[in-house]
Amino acid sequence: MNKSLRNFGFYGALLLFTLFAVFPALWGVITVFKKSADLYTPTADPFLYHPGPTLSHLTYLFTSTSFMTFAMNSIIIGVCVVAITLLLSVPAAYALARLSGSWGERSGMALFLVYLIPPTLLFLPMYQVVTFLGLADSIWGLVVVYPTITVPFCTWLLLGFFKSVPDDLDEAAMIDGCSRFGAFLRIALPLALPGIGACVVFAFSLQLSDYIYAATFITSTSAMPISVGVPTQLVRGDVFFWQSLMAADVIVAIPLALGYGLLFDKLVSGFQSAGTSARNA
Amino acid sequence: MAVLRVENVKKYFGKLAAVDGVNIETREGELFALLGSSGSGKTTLMRMIAGLEQPSEGDILINGRSVVGVSPQHRNVAMVFQSYALYPHMSVRDNILFPLKSRNVPKEQWEQKVQWAISILGIEALLDRRPTKLSGGEKQRVALARALVRDPELFLFDEPLSALDAQVRNIARAELRDLQKRTGITTVYVTHDQVEALGLADRLAVMSKGRISQVGTPQEMYESPANLFVASFIGNPPMNLITRGERVMGIRPEHLMLQRNKPADVTGVTLSLRILLVEFMGSEYLVYGCEEGSEHQRQIVVRVEHSGGTVPGQGDVMEFFASKQDVKYFDKSSGNRLP
Amino acid sequence: MMNDNTVKPVHFVDQDRRLGWAMLSPAVIYIVGFIGVPFVLAILLSFSNATVGNPRITDLVGFANYVSLLHQPIFMTALKNSILITFLTLGILLVLATILSELLAIEFRYKKIFQTLLILPWAMPVSLAAIAWLWLLDSQFSPIDWMLTQIGILGPGGLLGPVRHLYYLGRDMLAIASVVTVNVWRLLPLATVIVLAGRLSIPQDRFDQAKIDGAGFFRILFRITIPALMPVLTVAMLFTALVVFGDMTTVALLTRGGPGHASQILPYWAFLQGIQGGDLAGGAAVALFMLPILLVVAILALRIAYRSQEA
Repeated sequence: MNKSLRNFGFYGALLLFTLFAVFPALWGVITVFKKSADLYTPTADPFLYHPGPTLSHLTYLFTSTSFMTFAMNSIIIGVCVVAITLLLSVPAAYALARLSGSWGERSGMALFLVYLIPPTLLFLPMYQVVTFLGLADSIWGLVVVYPTITVPFCTWLLLGFFKSVPDDLDEAAMIDGCSRFGAFLRIALPLALPGIGACVVFAFSLQLSDYIYAATFITSTSAMPISVGVPTQLVRGDVFFWQSLMAADVIVAIPLALGYGLLFDKLVSGFQSAGTSARNA
Repeated sequence: MAVLRVENVKKYFGKLAAVDGVNIETREGELFALLGSSGSGKTTLMRMIAGLEQPSEGDILINGRSVVGVSPQHRNVAMVFQSYALYPHMSVRDNILFPLKSRNVPKEQWEQKVQWAISILGIEALLDRRPTKLSGGEKQRVALARALVRDPELFLFDEPLSALDAQVRNIARAELRDLQKRTGITTVYVTHDQVEALGLADRLAVMSKGRISQVGTPQEMYESPANLFVASFIGNPPMNLITRGERVMGIRPEHLMLQRNKPADVTGVTLSLRILLVEFMGSEYLVYGCEEGSEHQRQIVVRVEHSGGTVPGQGDVMEFFASKQDVKYFDKSSGNRLP
Repeated sequence: MMNDNTVKPVHFVDQDRRLGWAMLSPAVIYIVGFIGVPFVLAILLSFSNATVGNPRITDLVGFANYVSLLHQPIFMTALKNSILITFLTLGILLVLATILSELLAIEFRYKKIFQTLLILPWAMPVSLAAIAWLWLLDSQFSPIDWMLTQIGILGPGGLLGPVRHLYYLGRDMLAIASVVTVNVWRLLPLATVIVLAGRLSIPQDRFDQAKIDGAGFFRILFRITIPALMPVLTVAMLFTALVVFGDMTTVALLTRGGPGHASQILPYWAFLQGIQGGDLAGGAAVALFMLPILLVVAILALRIAYRSQEA
């Protein structure tokens, strides 16, 4: 296959994939600025503006809906959940990687089995548990429950990371005078930072994506995160406020895409470390 | 007083005895080598001395104190790993400071101790670099500095030269020897390379299958091996072992000479060899042959000086002589040396 | 500190073990508490006759809930669809993720930009993504329909014509296809990251050796890359299968299980039964039906992964 044909095939395929990934958001961005008269004319070219674009739907999102509240809730929940996830997963992963002998090494696969019990199975009794704790209809109910989604995965990922840190280093640190926990803090932890970074991204995106727990637990608008709040407020029966909906979609997706995109390589190497140790187990 | 005493130490992994009853007593300031191939138990033994493993039976005493059950943190032992185990996220300076920080050495003493360690090893220029940016030899020096800075009671080395290129290794070996002598810290040195062990050690122990085969000075080990294992392990090329009935005859390659060079009035053993291969090694030739007329095709190596005179050619049959004092006899079944 | 030789205090090893437990227990306690307890409750619920009005697990009715499920046509449809949609999603994801990871394994200019664009589907929360696609596939205003009309596939005289609109969400097969498409769309970035990680872990030597041996692009792909990726692919597919099988957001917002119940799936049906229908016990039974299927899939996948590792 000669070089230019190969290049053409390469970039062609790449472009197709990119278009597929981006098209809904692209269409969303165009929609945001469309006047309703224009939008709901089926025969007009949907990619052009006639009449001209408007900001009214964008402002509507911010002024007439609780979008800012939803965003705030999601951020607060996100930060708390990530913090809890790290507090639980990081020590657990280290313990499994270093301190548990042979059964600790094989526990990686066992962590996956926890995901055999999806939220859609647990949500009913989970609602009862959350109500029992007095946390129903509040963001704290979600903060308490979301780590069930994030902790098993992050522990698995970090397990791989800690296993990739050579034993020698911990041992040298202990010979140099650290306790085992000291070696964990001063040596293993700093070296696992890329993995922890990947976990932060994963945990944040996992909790943000939840719909079922939020839909089940929360009824008050003031406590809703983005995933539930946006559909609820911008869909009245069968009437969809498409322009504002798309505005919400795009406003949430773009900064996150930028963030994840920058960390793309770290994410891949995070999986690589996890994978290598799974292979050697 | 012996700095290190190992008393009848055993270590079991399941049913397997990795270390099967070892006794060692080091002398103050000596470099004591543990020599053996992989699986001999030498590394396990060292790890027990360091505190990274616990013996199943027996006792280990450092300066008279039993350390069994004591974590490495509380033993005053320094260790240099095969991989050097330098902390990659810290600079060289911070690597060297780490033991001082961990052991809560008063801050005022840091500067002086670090200075001393780095000047002995000549690594002043490397202080701000990261371990990933160091060459093998430089990493080794940093690892040594980190071990030295604590003024430990005992030094442990786990094959510290094996990660180096061959050229660097010889120099590093000499420098290591020099360093040990200057600091005078009792050292236990684990290696599988018998050249290293012979060159570095004041005394060495050959280990096999978890037990010590023989302990002695390098000269003793070379000239008077206690059994077949030690005889074949030490010496490069290894000692020639020739079966004669119930006994095995051991002759070092350099002790065989061309029959015609045999001095008068010396008794010994004569071997008739068919030459298989002659290797030119620069200062000498290595002649590989097998006994003419014998069923055993065991190769026998002879060192022949490159000093003029004819060199045996491939296919020739020649006679070689070794004097009686250079021939050692071993019992074929037990492997032990016969007097 | 002199110790009696016959008493070995070995407290150092104990310290390590104790520390290990201390570090592990918060996570374990949390999981046992927040997954274990609700799980047991779910099982109990499914064996009871609790409703929203009377949510007590007082009377146990044994397997009655499960048995009645097998007689409900909607449940059987949901079961069939769950399996079908998961299979289709995985199959397509497998192919696309492998291709895309091949592309991303190469260094090229502006790679960062492409990576950011390609990761967008993952950055969009599921519910918002479903809504975006809902708009994209709208029965009246879909730009896809418009474009197809422009190039003559739809509309008067069109290949699939003369209608101007394909009712992506209004026709049984198309609705299922739409759900699969949205699933593939949002999971492709994650699947690609996982496969790419596996791809980059293959030592370059193997490719070099194959090229020296004369292998071309496709031969390398099928004989070297894919076999080496088997364990990674299996794990990736297993994880994705668990996610897709258990997810109800896409169907809830895209098709609402419709038209009718053509795209109904187990988790959404459980949700409808439990929350909107008020039948907590029935909903729990439906949800628990997922478990044996997931277990079988997990065991199969792990066996494939370990067998290919031995090879």
